[in-house]
Amino acid sequence: MKVARRTAVLRIVGLTAVLGVALALPLIAPDPATTNIAVFTVMYIGLATAWNIMGGYTGYISLGHAAFFGFGAYTLGLLLGHLGIAGGYTAFLLVPVAGLATAVLAVGIGWFALRTRAATFVIVTIAFMFMLQLLAENLVGLTGGGAGLSFPVPPWGGDYFNTPYYYAMLGLAGLGLGISWWIRRSKFGLGLLAIRDDEDKALAVGVPTRAFKLTAFVVSATLVGMIGAVYGYYVTYIYPQFVVDPLIGISMVLMVFLGGLGTLSGPVVGALILEPAQLSLAYNFGATRLYLVLYAAVFLLVILLLPRGIVPSVTDLLTRWRSRTGPSAPAPVKVLTP
Amino acid sequence: MTLVLEAAVLGVLTGGVYALMASGLTLIFGVMRIINVGHGALVVLGAYLSFAASRSLGLDPFLTLVITMPVMFLLGVVLQTVFIRPLKTDREALSVLVTYALALGIEGLLGYFFSANYMQLRAWYDTASFPIGGFRITYVYVFGFLLCLSILGVMFLVLYRTTFGASIRATMLNRTAAQLIGIDVDRVSAVAFGIGMATAAAGGVVFGITTAFNPGSHYDLISRLLTIIVLGGLGSLRGAIVAALIMLVSEDITAVVISPVWATFVFFVILVVVLLVRPQGLYGVRVRERI
Amino acid sequence: MSLLQIENLGKRFGGVVAVDDCSLSVEEGSITGLIGPNGSGKTTVFNLVTGFIPKDTGSVRFKSKSIDGLGPDRIYGLGIGRTFQLARIFPRLTALENMLVPVRRKGLRALFSRADWGHEKLRAMEMLEFLEISHVSNTLGGALSYGQRKLLELGAVMMAEPELVLLDEPAGGVNPALLERIGDRIRRLNARGITFLLVEHNMGFVMNLCSDVVVLHRGRPIASGDPEIVRRDPAVLDAYLGA
Repeated sequence: MKVARRTAVLRIVGLTAVLGVALALPLIAPDPATTNIAVFTVMYIGLATAWNIMGGYTGYISLGHAAFFGFGAYTLGLLLGHLGIAGGYTAFLLVPVAGLATAVLAVGIGWFALRTRAATFVIVTIAFMFMLQLLAENLVGLTGGGAGLSFPVPPWGGDYFNTPYYYAMLGLAGLGLGISWWIRRSKFGLGLLAIRDDEDKALAVGVPTRAFKLTAFVVSATLVGMIGAVYGYYVTYIYPQFVVDPLIGISMVLMVFLGGLGTLSGPVVGALILEPAQLSLAYNFGATRLYLVLYAAVFLLVILLLPRGIVPSVTDLLTRWRSRTGPSAPAPVKVLTP
Repeated sequence: MTLVLEAAVLGVLTGGVYALMASGLTLIFGVMRIINVGHGALVVLGAYLSFAASRSLGLDPFLTLVITMPVMFLLGVVLQTVFIRPLKTDREALSVLVTYALALGIEGLLGYFFSANYMQLRAWYDTASFPIGGFRITYVYVFGFLLCLSILGVMFLVLYRTTFGASIRATMLNRTAAQLIGIDVDRVSAVAFGIGMATAAAGGVVFGITTAFNPGSHYDLISRLLTIIVLGGLGSLRGAIVAALIMLVSEDITAVVISPVWATFVFFVILVVVLLVRPQGLYGVRVRERI
Repeated sequence: MSLLQIENLGKRFGGVVAVDDCSLSVEEGSITGLIGPNGSGKTTVFNLVTGFIPKDTGSVRFKSKSIDGLGPDRIYGLGIGRTFQLARIFPRLTALENMLVPVRRKGLRALFSRADWGHEKLRAMEMLEFLEISHVSNTLGGALSYGQRKLLELGAVMMAEPELVLLDEPAGGVNPALLERIGDRIRRLNARGITFLLVEHNMGFVMNLCSDVVVLHRGRPIASGDPEIVRRDPAVLDAYLGA
């Protein structure tokens, strides 16, 4: 099967190249404007991949993931503040702790939200997000309320400022992709996909749906929480409505839908396309309210024109093209009654 | 004590508005099985349209409904046909994204045309009130409540006494079966969405007269409306009304008894408590598909 | 030995009594038929036994142990499998993947290992060959014909080696050649020791296959026993003609 071998080699080469570029980026393009875009883009790659673990694999759409993002940010900020840790590399070591705290929150919210079926689940996640936003705004003694919460400022600066954050985000995105890949090929992942296709049938063949859904939810939330923590550290000052922000929550969802729900590379593609676009829209039109209209228009175009997302559509095209050319065309699928 | 009573009465009066808005939202869900996350933005749009109409035509805000309700109804039919009907696969999930995009677009347009400043609909009598018990009730709240009551009444009449209403209910119960007996579910869906929009227009007027609003107000509004329809049970009109009343009365009483800051929080706490016991909401049905 | 014992099972939906004081038992090693006119509560009994809907009254015992209140996944784990009236498989998974989902594994490590272990795949392919659909092992469930789906559904249920299988209308919507094949497979699986309880309308199929038959009418059993005797029971004829 020479073709299969060739594709496998191409894949490995391609991935290594991408990885190489990603790792060397701050060296190739060290100017802060570019690295800033890089930080946010890689951040969204991580967020979209994490969200996909729940939304793409189980089919349960959470629109409240911004809650975990904000929670992670606040947790790290509060930890750093209360433990008196100065800005620096050690602060990054507490990011997993923020992740753990988010995991605990996710168990609580998930246990509750997953008692309901798909449509209600969406709304319950939205409700929890707003609850968290309210708590962030009103528990002034803890979070600083509307005045916000500050993070310690790191000692490195100038052009180099963004670089550690870039690698932190890259690390988390890589972790997310690794976990997502692992889940997808595992028995656990097969169970999730079964739940997505037909939850009652999955129950009937012994899949412990509640436990599986909750696990996916918690894994997804933990990753998002850690990414939120790094984000908070990066922007050094957070406010409730900008960190428990529905726009962040919906962006990660849109990116997955654009790229291809339930695929591994879909979220990456979606983030790579949408985040730079989003940033440039905000930069050029942010002052006027029309920014939202443009964003909405992009949004609608994506959904209406590419309902299945880029990766599945492209894969389909490639398969069809390959089946028409080449010596090792796959045998046509027999769909006849036995 | 009179304070609590006053809060309760206010809760009922404002509950009526939310009941009207929520019933439109739950109707849309029931007929099309989509969650219209843009419903809050549509209410705000209705408020702004009334504002524009009353400003330029010198009309009393309530009277602007004569214009805004039909306009919003038609807009609803168009929006449904253009943006929602084409969604064939993954309907529930994609519709959330589509309606959210519509909400953002509306927010952007409103911000562009009207600026981000807070507005409120004005009427010459909007501070007039009458005494009852030991407190006073503002007339606009009562007018708004009566308006909502009458529109809800008309909605129920249409739904339960007309043939078209029967086809809406049939589509809500079982879309495929409705198609099989010859109901044009696409048309029913478009009209249902239009009705939802019209109720949003009415809700917009009452909301706009009683609360200060700006283009960004839809977030707070939609989070409440969604909570209400889940509490009432998705697709249940009775549920939406009961839930709206429970929520608003509790919220207003909490504001008085504890503090206004935690009043909105109570909203969600009630939702959590009810869903613990009845995940399908007060009047919802436990859905088990195709056993 | 009575493998499944149902006692005084009852369920109503609002004002409609679907299952009414239903008691029956399924002998180990048998192929028992559950028949009755439309709306007599047969599928509801299935749903109650497999934990899909909660019962109002009564008890269900499997291998002398109560399975009341357990969820469908636990019940499958205990050894009761079921198929559905309209064959249900996972459309976006391949036939082979459909077969692998029900396979039981012990321990967390196994759960997070690859989905396609060699010996599991082997067993799945063997079952697919037994059902003569191994050639579509890589086809997506959604692309299969109805007959293929029915066979796949049966095969998948077998993967966790259940002792009792509830078949909901295995002959429904199936052409005579395939029907013959399905009947033959059921007989062969039964010979391997699997007990079957099937709901069916096709009388010929039932008479050919079942060693015992229970007739349900308006939610309660009105006759049971040898198929030949039951079909001549006046009460049974009355139920079918009257309903």
